[in-house]
Amino acid sequence: MSDRTDLLLSLADDELVLGWRNSEWTGIAPFLEEDVAFSSIAQNEIGHARALYELAAAELGTTADELAFDRAVDDYRCAPLVQLRRLEWARTIARHWLYETADEIRLEALKASDDPEIAGVAAKIDREEAYHRMHAEMWVDRLLATDEGRSRLEEAVDELWPYALGVLDDELRPELRRRAEAKIGRGLPDGPAVPRGVHEAELAELLEEMTMVRRSAPAGARW
Amino acid sequence: MIFEVFRRERKGQPFQHAGSLAAPDEAFAEIYAREQYGRRQESVALWLVPREDVHEIDEFPDEFEMKYRRVDGYSIKARLHEARERAGTLDMAPGAGGTG
Repeated sequence: MSDRTDLLLSLADDELVLGWRNSEWTGIAPFLEEDVAFSSIAQNEIGHARALYELAAAELGTTADELAFDRAVDDYRCAPLVQLRRLEWARTIARHWLYETADEIRLEALKASDDPEIAGVAAKIDREEAYHRMHAEMWVDRLLATDEGRSRLEEAVDELWPYALGVLDDELRPELRRRAEAKIGRGLPDGPAVPRGVHEAELAELLEEMTMVRRSAPAGARW
Repeated sequence: MIFEVFRRERKGQPFQHAGSLAAPDEAFAEIYAREQYGRRQESVALWLVPREDVHEIDEFPDEFEMKYRRVDGYSIKARLHEARERAGTLDMAPGAGGTG
């Protein structure tokens, strides 16, 4: 597998798994409007995953669906940050914001890629991610505005910080630290990143659930 | 806060009331309006108006029942027919088949 497909699958797996995790809030978000908005963001992420899987599939001679659903757990390249199951709102917002901030840095680099397909898909994705970032930052501002909100957010951000670093390659991590610290107005913990390739136990459960319907039908079934 | 949402479906068309949404402030309202009234490309523009800023008028007294002022209260057709009868010009009315 080329570096190019490896990169495409890392990006696609991040978006697919985060989209899936965010969709776990559908129906139970804190209030109705947020439910609609967060579900829509989740759908967008899965749409980005599809576009990225299609580019990889063209190179590998397979399909986006097969890449998304038919691989073994160990073949997924998603960052541990998106694998975690966090059914608590402050943690969900912390992850959402940390991911979107990291993703913005990553997309900036990809938009400058020499590969026109990668630069093009990154630019398209970035135009939608702009609204995800707006949504994430708005929530961070809101949580930072009260003592309780700030303490819950900070606790979650500190806990997730090593995972957030793991979304990016080494050379992009200092920029993530700079932007994240500027936003929350304080330093973030030192320590090693939880890198890509580490699989949290939650990932196997997620894939089991995600592929349940697909596995129930004979291979090649059309939907 | 409750925001009233008005949407323009296509360029050049008037904004029409689309519904309302609840949001803690204008920034949240913008995100929620985009998601609820724009994500399917069903609008080309939206207006968000805090409900408390809407000046509502809901009383229209008509103590003397001046029906002739109402859009549905005055049948011009019947009155015209009566007037034509009095004037003896019924056959000149449009559609009457007269020589008019």
